[in-house]
Amino acid sequence: MRADNASAQAAFAKAADYLERQPLVSNHRPLSWITQHVCQIVEERAPKWWWILTLVFGGMAALTPAMLTYLVSTGVGVWGLNVPVCWAWDITNFVFWIGIGHAGTLISAILFLTRQKWRTSINRSAEAMTIFAVICAGIFPAFHVGRVWMAWFLAPIPNANAIWQNFRSPLLWDVFAVSTYFTVSLIFWYLGLIPDLASLRDRATTRLRQMVYGLLALGWRGSNRHWTHYEKAYLILAGISTPLVLSVHSVVSFDFATSIVPGWHTTIFPPYFVAGAIFGGFAMVLTLLIPFREIYKLHDLVTDKHIDNMCKIILLTGSLVGYAYSMEFFIAWYSGNPFEIYAFTNRAFGPYWWAYWAMITCNVAAPQLFWFKYCRQNPWVVLAIVMFPNTGMWFERFVIIVTSIHRDFLPSSWGYFSPTWVDITLFIGTIGLFVFLFLLFVRFLPIINMFEVKGITPQADPHDPIHHAEEKQPSLASSKEVHA
Amino acid sequence: MSRSSSSLFGLGAEFSSANALLGAAEKIHAKGFRKWDVYSPFPIHGMDHAMGFKRSRVSLFSLIGGCIGLATAFSLIYYTSALNYPLITQGKPYFALEPSFPIFFELTILITAFGTILGLLLLTLLPRLHHPVFNWDRFQRATDDGFFLVLEAQDPQFHSDSSRKLLEGIGGTHITEIFQDPEESPHPVRAEVST
Repeated sequence: MRADNASAQAAFAKAADYLERQPLVSNHRPLSWITQHVCQIVEERAPKWWWILTLVFGGMAALTPAMLTYLVSTGVGVWGLNVPVCWAWDITNFVFWIGIGHAGTLISAILFLTRQKWRTSINRSAEAMTIFAVICAGIFPAFHVGRVWMAWFLAPIPNANAIWQNFRSPLLWDVFAVSTYFTVSLIFWYLGLIPDLASLRDRATTRLRQMVYGLLALGWRGSNRHWTHYEKAYLILAGISTPLVLSVHSVVSFDFATSIVPGWHTTIFPPYFVAGAIFGGFAMVLTLLIPFREIYKLHDLVTDKHIDNMCKIILLTGSLVGYAYSMEFFIAWYSGNPFEIYAFTNRAFGPYWWAYWAMITCNVAAPQLFWFKYCRQNPWVVLAIVMFPNTGMWFERFVIIVTSIHRDFLPSSWGYFSPTWVDITLFIGTIGLFVFLFLLFVRFLPIINMFEVKGITPQADPHDPIHHAEEKQPSLASSKEVHA
Repeated sequence: MSRSSSSLFGLGAEFSSANALLGAAEKIHAKGFRKWDVYSPFPIHGMDHAMGFKRSRVSLFSLIGGCIGLATAFSLIYYTSALNYPLITQGKPYFALEPSFPIFFELTILITAFGTILGLLLLTLLPRLHHPVFNWDRFQRATDDGFFLVLEAQDPQFHSDSSRKLLEGIGGTHITEIFQDPEESPHPVRAEVST
């Protein structure tokens, strides 16, 4: 009887272990460990691999100004654009980059409002990624206007022509949406950085570091009279960023959806674009985070649970995107409009069939692997799988943009777009710029949001029942031992 | 005490945990102190209540910002499209709510964000790079893992000796006098920095 009881108890204990929530910071790390471990990345001498990668990606990034200079000095004709395909790689790249940014804001704002505490160890790097992605995105439409020196006409500034912007145009909405998105993301990111910059200031060992981090930290001293306003400001920024992030990709989709082009003129675009943006963005977060987690041994802060959660979001949004793809076909058929039906048949089986099926494979098929726990738990498998959404989301934008316009209503105005070397090199240049900026970020700013991670540890919570009991009754553990 | 009391900023005490600091804050608040503060590496849940704070007013600045943003967007679009240079585009009305909505929304968000940040800076009186608490050598840990409570000498209830006893009584350790002038600080200001 006694043995039965003991085995039952052991089984219960095992079940309890299994059901217990995994802690968000593993191994019960103390607060100072978190500060030390994260600040050390910035404080140690730049490792050799960092120099090599920064030089390589910095060189790649230099292709961006080089190609833009060539473009401006020669003319937009150096891109492969021509009637009927006047939007191609440039707008594809724009939507691709802006979409990547969305995961950052989703993590920092929406997961904050929904009290998903696991966001704390990934939000800093995801927000940085957002800002760098939006920088890359902004380059394309700015230069796609053709005469880039007139891009300031987009801003409502009185000018010599005495003419104003057309506020009924979705392209102008885009200007407002993207610039607001960039500004608010930057403010939100910087606000989150202030307490951590103060940590770096207080640990600084050189005068230069103390001055730079000291100025950036604004004299933050962790006062609760500040925290009370700080938390409110953070909450409000999260609150306004949530509809903002949903609006940005909706407005981007309006560029297409408000036109009459078959294949673009669909009401499903805004939610479909937002789901796709989150999908692609999380894939990029994982692409950047997994290598740095390995290099800097951040396993206790970015745990397997974090990666698992992000994989599940990718699975969900990937399936949503798959649903949107099929629904587009259904609506095209259901509309009975021959041009609509043609646009979609042509998309899947026309001259760009390869791009369409690459998109389906990467965005719909590949993420289904995340149904398997093994695929979500092994970081290298995850890294391999997320390369598919990274590629697939680029193809998605290419498919939507190019396949819809390459065959106009009249067969006399049909065409086939091929990129030129300038198109390709410029895109490679922005990839270089993106990674280059991220490498600089890793080196000079704390990549983990230290104060928020500290705030979710059990020792930070004065109401934590377990911690409370331990503190009040330190003899509890020893008394158990005596009984045993 | 040899130093003039006017240069004394206050009396600082260190606490072992967020929980201990919260308990101490409750007691100090109950004693009726007004000029005092706690310092921690992260916001402590329940501390605002313990210190008797009301709701933060940052949201008021956000609201004002939002209203300014919406008003700006409306006047910008209405003035430019319907008043200053009415231009017929595709037979559409000069001004209508539907196409204006995205810009109404974006500008409202943008100026709300500006208002929030401005409100935060005004209410916290930041940036302020100098503060007497920085003269306390242990205070560096406030951004790492230290929990501090500082009673300011300006408070009418502050008395050097009784306040020290009070802080000791509620579990404070390393109780230190903090001076306005870094020169007067009994400890080195910072760890030696090399240039």
